[in-house]
Amino acid sequence: MAIVVDRKPLNFAERTYLPALLGGLKVTAKHFANTVFKGGNAAKLTGEGYYPEVPWRVEDGYRGAPYLVKDQDGATKCVSCQLCEFVCPPKAIRITPPGPNGQPADRSGAEKMPEEFEINMLRCIFCGLCQEVCPEEAIFLQQDYSLTGLTRDEMIYDKEKLLSLGGVAGGIQKWKHKLEEAREQEVFPVKSST
Amino acid sequence: MSNAETPAPAPAGPPPVETLTIKVDGRTVQVPKTMPDWQGKPQATTMLQACALAGVDVPHYCYHPKLPIAGNCRMCLVEFGTPVMDPATRQPVKNEDGSVKIARSVLPYEPGTPRGAIGCATPISPGMEIYPNSPATKQMREAVLESLLINHPLDCPICDQAGECKLQEYSVQHGQATSQFVEAKVHKPKAVDLGPRIMLDDERCILCTRCIRFAKDIAGDDALGIVNRGSYNTIAAAPGMKFDNNYTLNTVDLCPVGALTSKDFRFKMRVWFLKETKSVCTSCATGCNITVGSREDTVHRYEPRENDAVNGPWMCDAGRLNYKWIHREDRLKHVLIRGQKSNWATALKELTAKLATVAAGSAAVIASARQTTEELYLLRQLAAKLGALTDSVPRTQQADRLLVSADRNPNSNGARVTGIATGELGARLPLIAAGIRAGTITTLIVFGEDVTQCGIGADLLARLELLVVSDILPNPTVAAAHYVLPGCAHVEKRGTFLNGKGRLQKFLKGVEAPGDTRPEWEFLHELVHAVTGRNGYTSMEGLFNQMAQDVPAFAGLEWAKLGDQGVTVSI
Ligand code: SF4
Ligand code: SF4
Ligand code: SF4
Ligand code: SF4
Ligand code: FES
Repeated sequence: MAIVVDRKPLNFAERTYLPALLGGLKVTAKHFANTVFKGGNAAKLTGEGYYPEVPWRVEDGYRGAPYLVKDQDGATKCVSCQLCEFVCPPKAIRITPPGPNGQPADRSGAEKMPEEFEINMLRCIFCGLCQEVCPEEAIFLQQDYSLTGLTRDEMIYDKEKLLSLGGVAGGIQKWKHKLEEAREQEVFPVKSST
Repeated sequence: MSNAETPAPAPAGPPPVETLTIKVDGRTVQVPKTMPDWQGKPQATTMLQACALAGVDVPHYCYHPKLPIAGNCRMCLVEFGTPVMDPATRQPVKNEDGSVKIARSVLPYEPGTPRGAIGCATPISPGMEIYPNSPATKQMREAVLESLLINHPLDCPICDQAGECKLQEYSVQHGQATSQFVEAKVHKPKAVDLGPRIMLDDERCILCTRCIRFAKDIAGDDALGIVNRGSYNTIAAAPGMKFDNNYTLNTVDLCPVGALTSKDFRFKMRVWFLKETKSVCTSCATGCNITVGSREDTVHRYEPRENDAVNGPWMCDAGRLNYKWIHREDRLKHVLIRGQKSNWATALKELTAKLATVAAGSAAVIASARQTTEELYLLRQLAAKLGALTDSVPRTQQADRLLVSADRNPNSNGARVTGIATGELGARLPLIAAGIRAGTITTLIVFGEDVTQCGIGADLLARLELLVVSDILPNPTVAAAHYVLPGCAHVEKRGTFLNGKGRLQKFLKGVEAPGDTRPEWEFLHELVHAVTGRNGYTSMEGLFNQMAQDVPAFAGLEWAKLGDQGVTVSI
């Protein structure tokens, strides 16, 4: 059964909205005074801290901005397979493959590396599909959640920027391993790896 | 007057084929006793072909309908059974319920174990039963795939074949996800330079020998073979030889895996991004059917599209790689009036006014046999109105025994049937040159040719009162033009070409035209409509159907009737 709650009619003062407005201004004025005259910001005053003075620390597993990572030897892990570009629902990723005459990869074994890799952070919905699909563990959604910029162009992160923000994430280095295995076989008798 | 007594004529059609009745997957099917082999000669129908006719795909690597059968990959193994024969009466033995008794094939030395046979090379026999989905067949497939993957590098993230790789596809469809093999993989040479256009990755090769058979039996260049033994088997070019004939890139299509890849397409784009457009090669009069692979208005590759009436499944390397000019930086992208940038409306309006006042017989039209039939037809109409001489420019080369034609124009026959040229292309060019020299020809319309290359030099062009040029790339004729109308590459428009043997084939649009360029037929129909007053055709279909009514060779044709593979007309 529906319960009808009668609304109390607003009195004259309330209808001018002024008391509510002044109440808000009072809080603002208090913080202003605290910051300007008492030399303390909200973070100091509260100990724990408030955003944005004290950035909010997110838990592990939080899906923030996707960045490219390097391996423990400082080499680009991405091999430009373009699976993330394919899977990305809002088409935020745009990869320029190296082509036949492109720059060789900066790690031996895998012959390929992207010439350019762009993520449009305005399009990204932080879904994590790129990280999930990547066969090279080369892209991870990291802790950054506050991405700002003054222009749209600024929000398109290029390969260099993505790599520098992404840092290092070591791994099994399968291409390096393959190459070492192949080199070992050049010597006779061939050693068995087991 | 109908006559009820007259017996109905026997329906025309192919003579009845002898068929066999077999069972595929439990379903009774009638299949022809023989089918054409790779050379088109009748051969006993195989289990693989019978299954295909019954609508069941049997996975296969080494088998290719246009190559000799090798039977080496074992991917097509299927379990089957044959009727049990009574040795005394030579009659099939019956079960109790009256059905024919079938004996499943088993290993002779171990009768409980099913024994498959390779579908690609085992002929069918009467009463045979094929079990392409039986548990034994499935196990055989899993085992074959597992052994193919023992030494396979699993390079998929960097392999150009990924997305159209039969090893990937069959592994998903028929394979098992785990391997029992624990040894180190055998490593073989990678990124081997096999020839000027081919890159070989020996680790990815599954040794199906398709490439070897193609080189030897189709291209007639026996350059490839297998060296080394056992798991070190390696594809290689014969010592001192390069795999460099004009058909090498077909092995890239043939190779079921990413062992043979195109150097031109290497690392350029993942195949799943490519939009495929049905088109026709423009590099010679053969008109090989192609599929254009493009992404976001960039053409990345051409591939042959099977058409047994024209090119089979192949095309030549020269034609396949002849697409780079489409995206050249110096493409003509603007309408120019005496060198100044203008727009279509102004140019077409001015041209209409000028052409309307041209005196009969004082104009000439030179239209390239690389323009579409529709464009040539429109130009012919314009020429008829102006009383103009018309011609095309011949281009020749050395023909070969497989596909390459001596005529490098894709549409010489189109120029002939529309009346732009008669007989030998270029026969009337000297007349046009003489007319300009004598001052009787003062207006010249050129589509798609550099006429300074064929006897009408810059000095003659300078004498003209009106020179209208439509082209795609800059050249000296464009430089001399009073009006430049930028046209389109064939992948940027629709149209038809009439090949050297009278096959009329249509091609479709794959990418958007750059800048201000417009398909020639579009602006030509506006111009021709304005000058001649004939009906304007606003669509390619309408234009084609109109042309089919006017050009006797195309009588009865319609755009929709051309299909994907074209129609042969009598020329
Ligand atoms: S997180 Fe999702 S939306 Fe963002 S780049 Fe990756 S796939 Fe695209
Ligand atoms: S980030 Fe991973 S999925 Fe994306 S292109 Fe690079 S390797 Fe492929
Ligand atoms: S050949 Fe096929 S399975 Fe092998 S690496 Fe290439 S795409 Fe992967
Ligand atoms: S290179 Fe390709 S076509 Fe040639 S044998 Fe190996 S897998 Fe077959
Ligand atoms: S397809 Fe290779 S053996 Fe039949």
